[in-house]
Amino acid sequence: MANFSTNEFKPGLKVMLDGEPCSILENEYVKPGKGQAFNRVKLRNLKSGRVWERTFKSGDSLEGADVMDVELEYSYTDGEFFHFMDPISFEQHAASQDAVGDTQKWLKEQEKYEVTLYNGAPISVTAPNFIELEITETDPGLKGDTAQGGSKPATLTTGAVVRVPLFISQGEVIKVDTRSGEYVSRASKS
Amino acid sequence: MADWRPSAERTALEARAALLSQLRAFFQSRRVLEVETPLLCTSGVTDSAIEPLIVPTSPTLRYLQTSPEYAMKRLLAAGSGDIFQICKAFRAGEYGRKHNPEYTILEWYRLSFDHHAMIREVAELLGELLPHRGWQIWSWAALFQHILEVDGHVATLAELNAVASDRLGNIPDGLDRDALLDLLFTHCVEPALASWGIVFVVDYPASQAALARLLHDRSPLVGARFECYVDGVELANGYWECIDPGELERRFQQDNQRREVAGLEVRPIDPLFLAAMTSGVPPCSGVALGVDRLLALRLGAGSLADVLSFDWERC
Repeated sequence: MANFSTNEFKPGLKVMLDGEPCSILENEYVKPGKGQAFNRVKLRNLKSGRVWERTFKSGDSLEGADVMDVELEYSYTDGEFFHFMDPISFEQHAASQDAVGDTQKWLKEQEKYEVTLYNGAPISVTAPNFIELEITETDPGLKGDTAQGGSKPATLTTGAVVRVPLFISQGEVIKVDTRSGEYVSRASKS
Repeated sequence: MADWRPSAERTALEARAALLSQLRAFFQSRRVLEVETPLLCTSGVTDSAIEPLIVPTSPTLRYLQTSPEYAMKRLLAAGSGDIFQICKAFRAGEYGRKHNPEYTILEWYRLSFDHHAMIREVAELLGELLPHRGWQIWSWAALFQHILEVDGHVATLAELNAVASDRLGNIPDGLDRDALLDLLFTHCVEPALASWGIVFVVDYPASQAALARLLHDRSPLVGARFECYVDGVELANGYWECIDPGELERRFQQDNQRREVAGLEVRPIDPLFLAAMTSGVPPCSGVALGVDRLLALRLGAGSLADVLSFDWERC
């Protein structure tokens, strides 16, 4: 891979730091008028998701990371791995539990996910911002509660639990914001 | 393609025009002569932390000035008296929220002022332009002690490395003493000054005196240099000027040794500047102030791009 110098550090650039693939989030140039220039850089470790802050001497460089974001369709899990497929090439990718992380609770068959490949293997999986899922279990709704607000927990087909308005019933399909884990609305069609 | 539209709002353009008028009025009322000097010269500076932009001109290369210091001192040597200049200066690779490789500098010189008289004049200027802030003077060492609890003059390289690692986590390897002091100052001291209003820092270590005279009656030896910080932003740098040509030549040679060690190109020492210093410059103080940063501070702008008609990425 090519090396990138601090002045090429831009948000989104993928580099290797301490042997881990990272994505640059921020790069701040810091220099006294008479003195050494530094770059204060925020990077996200693409494996752990942790944000690192690191200071470099301006002009230092890091090796680029062989990292690619691809859109893949979720197929199934064999209990150990989560299998995704490229909808164009039909190429299969197996993601570990670590790579899937919290996204596991939003995994729905035939849905498309952004998968980050490092040296060809998945290291992280990001759910679409909104996803439609069916409610498998929730307390019965109360008639006449549509205007009052108030909420109750509902379990979805994926196992995720979200808070829904009281008028929503078991078996309904709802739209959820995966970033906040919050109920958005009833699905457009159920 | 970059955006063709300006990076500054029209209000910022108006504020810049007003600021330039106010600066000129301040110096005119004090009978300081406005001058203009060339931007392209046959020599640049030897400073190991400043890289010039070099322009191919016929028959030789020329350096875009990194500040108007040398030419203005040649005017002083020729008997100009008190002078000021508002001009562009250029520094390769300096780009960020507080940097633009092409920037506007205000530089002025006052005969017979020492650095404390010059600090008062900077404070008077800022009193007009950035009201309600108040100002204080700190010695470099006291500030280091207060914020980092370390004696910056005597701490060993290992101790400075330990303080920096403790505060900042992983730090770059192989920093020399001055680079470590710069790291600690920019990463720990400057952010702490963000709520202090106007702070003048004085008595820099001799190794960071730049072109200020050394105060030989002081122990440890310090340079008569000051920096002005406003809300934690480095705004101005001034010297009670070193006017000894032999001493200046030694410092330029030291700069070049540092450049060699760092693997940087050695720069020619400006013979015209040294000749002027040898002919004699009257005792004086000088200061350079970042006009774009001053405007950003006045407007509360988060980035220099907000106060430049077109920032580096748009031109």
